[in-house]
Amino acid sequence: MALHFELVTPAKLVLSEDVHMVVVPGEEGEFGVLEGHAPFMSTIRDGAVQVYRTAGGQPEEIMVRGGFAEVGTNGLTVLAEHVEG
Amino acid sequence: MASLKELKGRINSVKSTQKITKAKQMVAAAKLRKAQAAAEAARPYAERLASVMGSLASRITVSESSPKLLAGTGSDQRHLLVVVNTDKGLCGGLNSNIVKAAVAKAKKLIAEGKKVEFFLVGKKGRAPIRRNFPDAIAGNFDTSDVRQPGYEEAEKIAAELVTMYEAGKFDVAHLVYATFKSALAQDPTEQQIMPVPTPEAAPSASGGAVVEYEPDEEAILAELLPRYLKTQLFGALLEISASEQGASMTAMDNATRNAGELIQKLTIQYNRSRQAAITTELVEIIAGAEAL
Repeated sequence: MALHFELVTPAKLVLSEDVHMVVVPGEEGEFGVLEGHAPFMSTIRDGAVQVYRTAGGQPEEIMVRGGFAEVGTNGLTVLAEHVEG
Repeated sequence: MASLKELKGRINSVKSTQKITKAKQMVAAAKLRKAQAAAEAARPYAERLASVMGSLASRITVSESSPKLLAGTGSDQRHLLVVVNTDKGLCGGLNSNIVKAAVAKAKKLIAEGKKVEFFLVGKKGRAPIRRNFPDAIAGNFDTSDVRQPGYEEAEKIAAELVTMYEAGKFDVAHLVYATFKSALAQDPTEQQIMPVPTPEAAPSASGGAVVEYEPDEEAILAELLPRYLKTQLFGALLEISASEQGASMTAMDNATRNAGELIQKLTIQYNRSRQAAITTELVEIIAGAEAL
């Protein structure tokens, strides 16, 4: 019961791990992605991606700029031009 | 015949040249490893973006209303060659190979009756291309003020190109750079970047399930096109820096070896003339002693 989450920038693969949930600031509103999410693609507003490693835990926030999110059968991939923190 | 002192001087100067080329070779070897690692690290992003672009492009039809970056300007008369060169020399025939490929492409386009202009990235391509096509330089981009051209530089180049494109300065852009094959081989490569050629539609990661898009496909595509262009330019910058270090390493290795051979030859010559001098001296002494 885990979501595979990858955060990729042009320079490197920032993060690749199994997490509980990720909340992504989509262009048309924030959305949370859990395991088994339907295939989905969205552009991202500049803002914080919240990574929940465990259910009910404190999220880790990662600032992204110029991003794009893709949910497929193999998990969530966030492509971002810039990542801070 | 050069005097002993002259020979000694030449040997010393070749030796110090050898020291320099050897140092440069080792620096290039270290930097090559770094450049290769950077190129490797950039691959996941480029691959993912290409596959997303592919699956998006296969879902929409190119029409009048499609973004200009995808549909083109409707003509292909004016071509822009974006030539990526290095900023520093000492890398063998790398830059001249790139320039040669660019000039060949330009001549081919001109023979087809097209108009060709150049956009030059990196210092080393400027002089030879200006010599061949003095009036066709549309712009320069200087990468020499940063240590290692990175994504920010790619962004700036892309922004400049998009501005020129939207101002209607050209219809088609090609990118000319060198792909890094190995330290011995860097192939000049030429590819079209604008309008963006649609990548092959890869089998999508969703396994054929219906993918939801937010906002719609066209809006996402419009946002991804400039990003795709940046990624390609970034890739070219990475390739060129790996190529530069690879070519530099090989060229400096050759130079070091040549210097070694030259030193050997000069040393033999030096020893011969030293022995000749000693022999003459001995003959003179013996002749003098016999005369007494």
